[in-house]
Amino acid sequence: MKIDKALLWSGLIGFLFLFILAPPAGAEEMSQGVEAASSGHVWWFWPLVLLLVTFVMGIFAVLGGVGGGVLFVPIISGFFPFHLDFVRGTGLLVALSGALAAGPGLLKMNLASLRLAIPVALIASTCAIIGAMIGLALPTNIVQIALGATIIGICILMLTAKKSEFPDVQQADRLSSSLRIYGVYQEGSTGQVIDWKIHRTPFGLGLFIIIGVMAGMFGLGAGWANVPVLNLVMGAPLKISVATSKFLLSITDTSAAWIYMNQGCVIPMLVVPSLVGIMLGSFVGVRILAVAKPVVVRWIVIGMLAFAGIKAFLKGLGIG
Amino acid sequence: MPDKAEARLEPGPEQVRYASILEKGMYVGLLLLFITFAIYALGIMKPYIPLDRISSYWSVNVHDYLHHANIKTGWHWVGMLHYGDFLNFIGIAILAGVTIICYLAVIPILLRNKDWVYATLAFLEVLVLSLAASGILAVGH
Repeated sequence: MKIDKALLWSGLIGFLFLFILAPPAGAEEMSQGVEAASSGHVWWFWPLVLLLVTFVMGIFAVLGGVGGGVLFVPIISGFFPFHLDFVRGTGLLVALSGALAAGPGLLKMNLASLRLAIPVALIASTCAIIGAMIGLALPTNIVQIALGATIIGICILMLTAKKSEFPDVQQADRLSSSLRIYGVYQEGSTGQVIDWKIHRTPFGLGLFIIIGVMAGMFGLGAGWANVPVLNLVMGAPLKISVATSKFLLSITDTSAAWIYMNQGCVIPMLVVPSLVGIMLGSFVGVRILAVAKPVVVRWIVIGMLAFAGIKAFLKGLGIG
Repeated sequence: MPDKAEARLEPGPEQVRYASILEKGMYVGLLLLFITFAIYALGIMKPYIPLDRISSYWSVNVHDYLHHANIKTGWHWVGMLHYGDFLNFIGIAILAGVTIICYLAVIPILLRNKDWVYATLAFLEVLVLSLAASGILAVGH
């Protein structure tokens, strides 16, 4: 109970902190000159604040069951003086690093399925390149509006989407059978051995076209969309869906990250504090997870996302 | 001798190899990133953009940043590794590149198993990621 209250308060304080930090409307559009864009603080001020905020973000990402990228891009682009181009580049590297850190363990435990991931990743990573190119070609305010709308959509998805631990897949479809996408895993809590297979594969693969484009365009990572498609559409068990989704990000985000990196959207002074903050926060988050109430945390995460989404939307319209 | 169910619980050899390379690449990439960042932030190597000027650049869009800082896109950072800030790109490139190595490493196993479809899919993924990494695809505002 104390932990929940502490989390609630830290969430509220986080909001307030971000609100105070929020640069004035249009602060990022200081294209009149690079000199004018200096924020007036010592150079390490914003990287230090970034480290602290991403640390808190890392805690909430773990507790809320979302990836770091989906929190990072809307919150950092909404409340920090960094241009969206660099925030997206950094966001992709944050999501990529999280996926790289988790991927090997999930593959070795056979929770992430390479057979399921390979065809999905080919589609998503190709489309992430297209998404990244569209995102970098469009005017910033249009991307910001689309980002805000997407984040609000993600909130609605988080509020409404159901999860199915063991979806009922009567019969595998022809495509998944011919690709031999099926497997077995042991449910840790019960020791039960679960056979799984998938269905509606062509439709599911089609949805990854959209997911890939959005991941590349906004630098969000895409766990928020991967899991519902793998679990609810294609019928993979929840654990397989979550693990394969996390691993998938290491491939999807790689392709988009290269595009952002090659276009100059990576500034190490933003990347490294963000990575360190998210990682340290995740370590702490995992420890708190054992005692925190997931429902409370989930509401805080949805609240943070909704606030950041509305802020991004309004910022894109020039009124935020 | 494990029974059939136990044997199937284990990940396949291609998955084990992929995981093993991914793990090593991730550790090497992160370690290098943190070391090079320390070199950069502590001023051990001179950065291309002085630390007290960095905040002048991160608020503008990438086009203006590249123009005003006179930085070229693509792999030109390789020629600027003697600057502390660009040194960080080694770790970032390893993190972004390890997946390509993983795919290349599993293709021989897939071919040995006569898994032609997945070998082709893996090869196509290598092409896609290499295209993204090549810097050929140019975009801008």
